[in-house]
Amino acid sequence: MTDESAGKRRKKQDGKATAQPAREEPSLPPHLELQRTHVVAGADINANTMSADAANMFMALGIDNSWSYEKFLKGFQLRINKMDKENATLEFDIIGIDASIANALRRILISEVPTMAIEHVFFVNNTSIIADEMLAHRLGLVPLQVDPNLFEWKQGEDVASERNTIVMGLNIACRREGTKMINTDVLSSELKWLPEGSELPDETLCRFVSSQAEILPNGMAPTVDNILLARLRPGQCIHLEAHCIKGQGREHAKWSPVATAWYRLNPEVVLLQEVGGDAAEDLAAELPGLIVVQDGKACVTDPRAHDILLEKVRRLSSEERWAPYIQLRKRKDHFIFTVESTGILPPEVLLQRALDIMIHKCQELLKDV
Amino acid sequence: MVSRNDYAVTFSVKDEDHTLANPVRFMLNKNPHVSFTGYSITHPAEKVVNFRIQTTGEMTSVDAFRQSLNGVTDVCKHIKAQLAAECTSFQASAGTSMEA
Repeated sequence: MTDESAGKRRKKQDGKATAQPAREEPSLPPHLELQRTHVVAGADINANTMSADAANMFMALGIDNSWSYEKFLKGFQLRINKMDKENATLEFDIIGIDASIANALRRILISEVPTMAIEHVFFVNNTSIIADEMLAHRLGLVPLQVDPNLFEWKQGEDVASERNTIVMGLNIACRREGTKMINTDVLSSELKWLPEGSELPDETLCRFVSSQAEILPNGMAPTVDNILLARLRPGQCIHLEAHCIKGQGREHAKWSPVATAWYRLNPEVVLLQEVGGDAAEDLAAELPGLIVVQDGKACVTDPRAHDILLEKVRRLSSEERWAPYIQLRKRKDHFIFTVESTGILPPEVLLQRALDIMIHKCQELLKDV
Repeated sequence: MVSRNDYAVTFSVKDEDHTLANPVRFMLNKNPHVSFTGYSITHPAEKVVNFRIQTTGEMTSVDAFRQSLNGVTDVCKHIKAQLAAECTSFQASAGTSMEA
């Protein structure tokens, strides 16, 4: 038996027929197509994990594996699943790109999209039990609600000015009032923006020519106002000035605009052959919800709604009883991408900036080659 | 750029890393006129990527490199446009107002 439409330019694989719908272009034999498009999850190792396909990889089969913009446009899809304003989280499906592009996006989000963060802390007084350098480090990690695009980079010996530095002050003392203690917790809300610049210009060498209120008409503050920075007892105080500059996550994680950004491949659960009778009931009991019995046959429901069972599918697929029936696969060009912003900028804006950075990298390099 | 001929060139790209090199290598691999491509970062402390591009002769290495960079740019631009469109329609359908 041969399949004429698809088998015309294809070498026969042990004469096995493959009933496939007619397509415009010649297609790969199913076992190669599976290798090309899916990772097959085994019990202890994943198969077909490579994705860097060469253009002439399937040349012997008459199949063009090269890349073209038209083909890309046809296969590309982007779908937003979740947009959580409160937690500044965005989850979306991106289909039809290579892992290298998804990974570049992830890497840029984590380490190259700039933000503003506290870099220099000038202590006037600190009688609390937390050491200056510890507190300075904690301050650095506080995310600040300010658009870094409004500011210039401060590099090397650049002088601090209203265009590249934001100054914040913290002045708090703990005291006893009757039986109550006031200001035992120093929270991020105590960091106050100083739009006129440093109050200790001789020590900090930071002088503003004009007020920053023009650049930041809505002011600025930490994204969250209940981050615990230090604890005080009556009589202790902290008085300091914190200077924020623009930076990138690759220099220090405090400048990373995302709590994290990650992606995973879209999981698929496949029944390799029909499962009926008692076996179907048993399988449905093993994977409640993921496998349901309909008309005496096992059917797969939505794998993404049962994330917790997927690793169990992997284990079952290595067991003697189920190995011929069930398999866990992951599509190589379908990414479930999640971006968790620290709240400085909405995740969709971070993504736009990450893509701009990638485009900029390419365009800069094009000027030189 | 180190080369004895136009069809087998090693490019030395400064201040870049896997972020740019891997997508570009993917694009070059998908170019039928490229017979070999690969990159290496010789030392993690050195911010240099060495990019090797050998072609079959129909196209110079420089052209292949330029084509791949344009390819990556096109992909990013398309993702950007799609993302903006999807965000707008998602917000419209969810009926939530978002500040920019």
